Amino acid sequence: MNQSRAFQIEYHQFLDPDGVPVGDLPPLAEETEALQALYRNMVFTRLYDERAIALQRTGQLGTFASSLGQEAIGAGVGHAMRPEDIILPSFRENGALLFRHFRVRDLLLYWGGDERGMANPKLGDDFPICVPIATHTTQATGVAFAIKYRKQPRVVVCLLGDGGTSKGDFYEAINLAGAWNLPLVFVINNNQWAISVPRNLQSRAETLAQKAIAAGIPGVQLDGNDPIAVRHYVAEAIEKARDGGGPTLIEAISYRLCHHTTADDATRYRSEEELEAHRRLDPVPRLRRFMERRQIWSEEQETRLIQACQAEIEQEVRHYLDTPPQKPESMFDSLYAELPRELQAQRQSLLGKEVNHD
Amino acid sequence: MTEITLVEAVNLALMHEMERDPAMVILGQDIGVNGGVFRATVGLLEKFGSERVLDTPLAENMIAGTAVGMATQGLHPVAEIQFMGFIPPTIDQLISHASRMRNRTRGRLSCPMVLRAPYGGGIHAPEHHSESTEAMFAHIPGIRVVIPSSPTRAYGLLLAAIRDPDPVVFLEPKRVYRLMKQAVEDNGEALPLDTCFVLRPGSDITLVSWGAMLHETQQAAEQLAGEGIEAEVIDLATIKPIDMETILESVGRTGRCVIVQEAARTCSVSAEIAARLAEEGLMSLFAPIRRVTGFDTVMPMFRLEGHYMPGTERIIDAVRQTMEYA
Repeated sequence: MNQSRAFQIEYHQFLDPDGVPVGDLPPLAEETEALQALYRNMVFTRLYDERAIALQRTGQLGTFASSLGQEAIGAGVGHAMRPEDIILPSFRENGALLFRHFRVRDLLLYWGGDERGMANPKLGDDFPICVPIATHTTQATGVAFAIKYRKQPRVVVCLLGDGGTSKGDFYEAINLAGAWNLPLVFVINNNQWAISVPRNLQSRAETLAQKAIAAGIPGVQLDGNDPIAVRHYVAEAIEKARDGGGPTLIEAISYRLCHHTTADDATRYRSEEELEAHRRLDPVPRLRRFMERRQIWSEEQETRLIQACQAEIEQEVRHYLDTPPQKPESMFDSLYAELPRELQAQRQSLLGKEVNHD
Repeated sequence: MTEITLVEAVNLALMHEMERDPAMVILGQDIGVNGGVFRATVGLLEKFGSERVLDTPLAENMIAGTAVGMATQGLHPVAEIQFMGFIPPTIDQLISHASRMRNRTRGRLSCPMVLRAPYGGGIHAPEHHSESTEAMFAHIPGIRVVIPSSPTRAYGLLLAAIRDPDPVVFLEPKRVYRLMKQAVEDNGEALPLDTCFVLRPGSDITLVSWGAMLHETQQAAEQLAGEGIEAEVIDLATIKPIDMETILESVGRTGRCVIVQEAARTCSVSAEIAARLAEEGLMSLFAPIRRVTGFDTVMPMFRLEGHYMPGTERIIDAVRQTMEYA
């Protein structure tokens, strides 16, 4: 029997690029503290990005992935999560991580080439930054199964980029999440470029959210530069998952205003005109203008905020730069719960080498 | 004590550990209602329910990744891949995540998972069902690779693998699944990992092998004994990390070594053992180390698999050649 089905993908936005409401606003728009927290996170993330790039340019940090222009996604996701929820980030989710227990010093250590950046015990069950593309999506299903198995009221949030949706891992994960009705929210940070490959070469699918249809789970598209929209719809999906309503796929449309990483030169593959057009959609001034119109933000508050963020970041940078280096033998020390006898000789040979150098 | 086959010993160990450890779950294709294509998981669904015995969609990479996620939360997942020929999609998860989760979080998260798969040829299976690619896993830092050779070893080593706090790839020689029976006591006693087992003492030559090939190796040792050559037979059992102490000690006494494996020769586990013997045991060698292996070819379909897999004659030939050195 032939059966046809009609599907549709909804698109949501609350604020236009000038911060003007485009329709009815959710209750969040009346919560001054929440809006200011979102704004602070976005400003802090942007200043941290700038500082990290400066450290990289002066040889004090390794390759770094900025999230310039995409701060609304990190802020919205991070603010929507409860502390007991679990995040599985890709490598461009600074804002979301800064709403968790990740500190600037942790993130700098990590990008500075030191595993201890992902070790802070306060991170709890939050996952380390995932560099391979979309491989963490299937791990998210395992984490979500574990909390469901233990009947814990927690939700897993897995963030990936638009490029990640081209991988089999992504489909395998959303498919299992649907089949097992897992408490899991996938958020696609669609910044429209996977290094040099644009969104339209990534997939002929009209939206990335519609990939959810094949997995039988809800898919929704958002203006990812609208922090109120991201916060509202991610929170809605999280609470639905917490109530046993299963997974959701959210495509948050944004734009990568920066290079892919500090090792990339985006001028090779995209025009200044395109970049300029997207600068006008920047999420940071968008929320600021909205708050100013509501008279819950002033020039003076802005100045104080920037000073406070910069002071905190400088203190964290100092912590990072003052952290004593890892001992060479530490590469063996967390490899196995107990180092197998066979590897003890290798560890010893490294120690011997170290002694000789002294 | 009842006599059981290797696949029944796998089932017994899974049953025992699921009973003992509520954090243990098993997942894979066809492992539930069907009890696994080789029946390794038969009866587990009925006993432990569909919350702990999870029939998954068909996606090996997802099975491995989901097991990684489960393990980081303190569950003890045992994932089954139906045949080793279908195991390559899991390597991304093992090499990029499972093996390094503890290291990259300095122990904050760990990955106590087991990935089980039947491996090897000799059962006239279709293409992509008979591979022996254990060396690919042995190359990965941070994991263990364990291969039992008999029902008693399968029971004890699988218990150890499940209880191990780090990821273990557990490869079951499917040619031996129902080849032999042994008395296995369901006493919950694990065998040690990272350790060789000496199956037969001998003073003239050391034969090292693992998994199904130990059967031809032991047959060869029997025949050689008839010719007056006493071969010591070592079951490698854990192929990562390798217990070189036991092998070096044996070769130190016998002065000769033949390594027998079903896998292709180049960059294989036998290559590692031979290299280590050359580095650390050269002065005790009376003869070159010889290897009896599969060829560096694609594992042929079953009409030719008998020509690919080392048989008793090839092992005996290698030993005789080794014994010719004074």
